[in-house]
Amino acid sequence: MPTGLAVRAQALLWEQLAETGRMWRLAVAAGRQAVAGPFRGQPFRWRATIAQLIRVGNQSLSLVALIAALIGIILALQSAYQLRQLGATHLVANLVAVSVTRELAPLMTAILVAGRAGSAIAAELGTMKVSEEIDALEVIGLDPVDFLVIPRLVALLVAVPCLTLFADLIGILGGCLAGVAALGLSAGAYTADSLSALVLEDIFGGVIKAIVFGGIIGLVACQRGLGTRGGADEVGRSTTTTVVRSIVLIIAADLFVTAVLFVR
Amino acid sequence: MTAPTPAIEVRGLEKSYGRRRVLEGIDLTVHEGEALVILGGSGSGKSTLLRCLVGLERPDAGAVSLLGRDIFTAAPRELADLRQRIGMAFQSGALFGSMTVAENLELPLVEFSHLPESTRRIIVRIKLALVGLEGTEALRPSQLSGGMKKRAAFARAMALDPEILFFDEPSAGLDPVTAAGLDRLLLSLRDVFGATLVVVTHELNSAFAIADRIALIHAGSVLITGTPDELRACQNPIVRRFLDREAEPGPEHEGRLRELILGSEAPDG
Ligand SMILES: Nc1ncnc2c1ncn2[C@@H]1O[C@H](COP(=O)(O)OP(=O)(O)O)[C@@H](O)[C@H]1O
Ligand SMILES: [Mg+2]
Repeated sequence: MPTGLAVRAQALLWEQLAETGRMWRLAVAAGRQAVAGPFRGQPFRWRATIAQLIRVGNQSLSLVALIAALIGIILALQSAYQLRQLGATHLVANLVAVSVTRELAPLMTAILVAGRAGSAIAAELGTMKVSEEIDALEVIGLDPVDFLVIPRLVALLVAVPCLTLFADLIGILGGCLAGVAALGLSAGAYTADSLSALVLEDIFGGVIKAIVFGGIIGLVACQRGLGTRGGADEVGRSTTTTVVRSIVLIIAADLFVTAVLFVR
Repeated sequence: MTAPTPAIEVRGLEKSYGRRRVLEGIDLTVHEGEALVILGGSGSGKSTLLRCLVGLERPDAGAVSLLGRDIFTAAPRELADLRQRIGMAFQSGALFGSMTVAENLELPLVEFSHLPESTRRIIVRIKLALVGLEGTEALRPSQLSGGMKKRAAFARAMALDPEILFFDEPSAGLDPVTAAGLDRLLLSLRDVFGATLVVVTHELNSAFAIADRIALIHAGSVLITGTPDELRACQNPIVRRFLDREAEPGPEHEGRLRELILGSEAPDG
């Protein structure tokens, strides 16, 4: 029935808007706590943050390396196919370097981190929520935003750009591998081409994107984890929702940042 | 003679979830140093009341004051300070699963005391010994049995030597021997610390074992408060039904059954 569908679509829209609102509230609360906390005798939690940083890195590093290498190779092969028709195979290095740093490295890294670290954070906080551990924290007098959210958020804000730079490097090396092995280009020339094609803005723009993506993953995962109601099955739902919502928001933000940074 | 400030004062507390009214005007006073048991059937709103008392849940109406301060008008900072003077043990323990037992107990000390690590270690060991969990420092909560989890949760609640201790269903879901042990533990803790005790339970045996006073919750409000003896003597039909149904399903119950089966031929009990 069309009206039933409309009602459901409307309910879904409201739910998504409400969740977005809660995400912003969490962002504001985290920002305020991060700035005002030190003045209230709640210094920044370095140790917890570094522990989270190591956790995110451990979870994602090898996966990011693998996917970045594959993407670099695929991109080189695909672009060679097109460029050969123009007799411009030597431009493969340029195309790979620019596409990877501006777009593919930050995007793929963020999607992988969302799947690995974002889901893990949502599951962790969701479990804490349904087993009353979050309530226990509050009764002890500890603020979950200060104690749990900020370390995770900051860790992601740092980890995603770092992983992206790493993916830049691996992706270009992957492209080089494909160029040398399949296209008969020389490694030296490929590297030189890549370096000359890149301007600082490419790398810098990619890092800006990565910071935004890291923030999105952290906020979505923490909000959804802490917002878990009910029992263990709800934790599973929160985890899935986190990954899907993160990816949607990451791609939407990608469009936005690309438009702002690169379109002249 | 002026009465001393009560440890807890609750006035007109109301709380609904959606259209479901859980608390419909709770009035309750808990005196310093007493053990008050909040008794009521499952789903009667005991946990909700407890969550309102410690400020985890914001009621729709009414006021709660702990140690003389209204917790819903207090500044966040003031509330945080107040929370260091209370402790709560949750129904399922709510121990932090990512930490060891010792780290669980140490957390409040790390965050709110300036004690050096060696002193903290000693305090943790003493608190664990108090609840009979010596030697479990390095275990994870998942390695503890149900009763041990509750004991560890008691110990964590007492880490900062609070003035008021809240317990949600301390003996629910445990075998009778373990449950009785926990009841006795609660009383001895009260004697050691002189803290005010608020215990939520639906188990009559526990309630009568622990309580100085019992508040019976029914249909969202406090039906009656009184000492265990006053409750036993109370003739209010709802109180009687609650106490008789669970307390002693012995001869009296049998008599009623016989009456039902045999009709009026049965002799009156
Ligand atoms: N967060 C919540 N959302 C909706 N309903 C709730 C919530 N918490 C409790 N309730 C409802 O309130 C009633 C009282 O719950 P609770 O206080 O846990 O009872 P008790 O602890 O006495 O068994 C129950 O019917 C329960 O379903
Ligand atoms: Mg309960």
